[in-house]
Amino acid sequence: MKKFEYKDKKDTRSGFGAGLYELGKNNDNVVALCADLIGSLKMNQFADEFPERFYQCGIAEANMIGTAAGLTIGGKIPFTGTFANFATGRVYDQIRQSVAYSGKNVKICASHAGITLGEDGATHQIMEDIGLMKMLPGMVVINPCDYNQTKAATIAIADYEGPVYLRFGRPKVPNFTPEDQNFEIGKSILLSEGTDVSIFATGHLVWKAIEAAEILEQNGISSEIINIHTIKPLDEEAVLKSVSKTKAVVTAEEHMMNGGLGDSIAQLLSRKLPTPMEMVAVNDKFGESGKPEELLIKYGIDTENIVTAVKEVLKRK
Amino acid sequence: MSDINKLKETASQVRRDIVRMVHAQNSGHPGGSLGCTDFITALYFEIMNHEPDNFDMDGNNQDLFFLSNGHLSALWYSVLARSGYFKTEELSTFRTLNSRLQGHPTTKEGLPGVRVASGSLGQGLSVACGAALTKKLNNDSKLVFTLHGDGELQEGQIWEAAMFAAQHKIDNLIATVDYNGKQIDGPVDEIISLGNLKAKWESFGWQVLEMNGNDMDDVVKTINHAKTLTGKGTPILIIMKTEMGMGVDFMMGTHKWHGSAPNDEQLESALSQLEETLGDY
Repeated sequence: MKKFEYKDKKDTRSGFGAGLYELGKNNDNVVALCADLIGSLKMNQFADEFPERFYQCGIAEANMIGTAAGLTIGGKIPFTGTFANFATGRVYDQIRQSVAYSGKNVKICASHAGITLGEDGATHQIMEDIGLMKMLPGMVVINPCDYNQTKAATIAIADYEGPVYLRFGRPKVPNFTPEDQNFEIGKSILLSEGTDVSIFATGHLVWKAIEAAEILEQNGISSEIINIHTIKPLDEEAVLKSVSKTKAVVTAEEHMMNGGLGDSIAQLLSRKLPTPMEMVAVNDKFGESGKPEELLIKYGIDTENIVTAVKEVLKRK
Repeated sequence: MSDINKLKETASQVRRDIVRMVHAQNSGHPGGSLGCTDFITALYFEIMNHEPDNFDMDGNNQDLFFLSNGHLSALWYSVLARSGYFKTEELSTFRTLNSRLQGHPTTKEGLPGVRVASGSLGQGLSVACGAALTKKLNNDSKLVFTLHGDGELQEGQIWEAAMFAAQHKIDNLIATVDYNGKQIDGPVDEIISLGNLKAKWESFGWQVLEMNGNDMDDVVKTINHAKTLTGKGTPILIIMKTEMGMGVDFMMGTHKWHGSAPNDEQLESALSQLEETLGDY
């Protein structure tokens, strides 16, 4: 398989901060709102350089979402920033009525998604957010895999007219995608071609999928790795194309099994191309405090789990 | 004829529209709608600078209005139609299948005049804050108006928005509370009391005015006064005393007509109390 290398590890939230700052420089209509987490969301540079277009909302996420919806009336493109839990679950009805149903051009940007936020524990570790957001009619759901991709995604969503949920995280992870990539919403990325199994991964689990494929290769198993950075709209064509070749599927994500990427792909395949499938995801459990790497292992969403899932699914092929 | 008399005539027709619309589908919210008819009529026919025949979502260089208590949809639709946003015939589609006149207002069906969905309470003040901030960024000197129910103030988001508006000096915003003292389950004071409402808003950093929402003279005078207070660093709230069901004797003095429709006999009685001034739709 193709070799993957990275120069450094970086947090995806910093990719968001860098992308937002680029937008600030190049697009006067971009405005930003934050609910008392400027540092955590890496929004400092935007807030410092464009104070007239930055709104500190305090610890009041419902009002932040409503205000963002209102800012679109008259042509602004608001980016809201807070932790994924407070960006989705806490304000579901505000997003539903004032943003999604109203078709507002709001970009809901969420850091510290998933279990890898670590020590703060389950109150902050939302693993239902993809499901919540993808259920909303018309909502685009994006979960990029590294710093460069998050930066590119942040810039790209400003040019898309409509509500978007952009999900990223806290830990430093390998930054391996190209710096100058062109981010296309809804277009998956074929990272490495293979013949035995299709591994569809999103977010932080994309690098884990690469690590797993390297281990599998040593066992003589050829994996096709596809980065599904956009969960909705799902790149159905790419999924069906890969699966019709490999005839075995593993999905990997830092999210609940219910409502996540695996669930979306299972829906597609059960309708159009029933195929043996395993899902690497958290199954109906809340998280807990711990270091990100410890948590990924304990909750069964690490490299080893992908390797095991591939071996399992191949038995049913 | 004075402008005030003309407004009163329009309001009478709007009240007829409301009871006829709600009766036709045996569904809707006449009580609060009738109470706020004078206010919304004054806004659209006297106060606001707006372009009914040239609606666009952005509304740049126009005054904007947000109905936060979206269940007053029958009232709003009637006023929007009567002021020229769409044909009055369309009022007959209220709450029916394939209509743009949904039970609660929405942008989804493309109804001219509506800029955000409302119905789930407590969200409109936040949206209005955002729209007012965009006007400031665009150097647009026009204003943003809202209407909220008093029961709606039990929603926490209202108070988030109240703090936010004061902090960010959103002084191109005039919010109004329909202070009729009633909500679905009974008198507001017996459900969750609002306490000293004026003092509450003042302590949140708002400038507060009071008016009789069923006295057209007072409504026009007070809103015009409120407009002179804009641009001075503080958001403005009008506490508007109204009578739920105003104009229809048997709907007044009770919360019973919050979300109930009149039967044929009651409709007849209601219409006999409301002069047809502009022609029924």
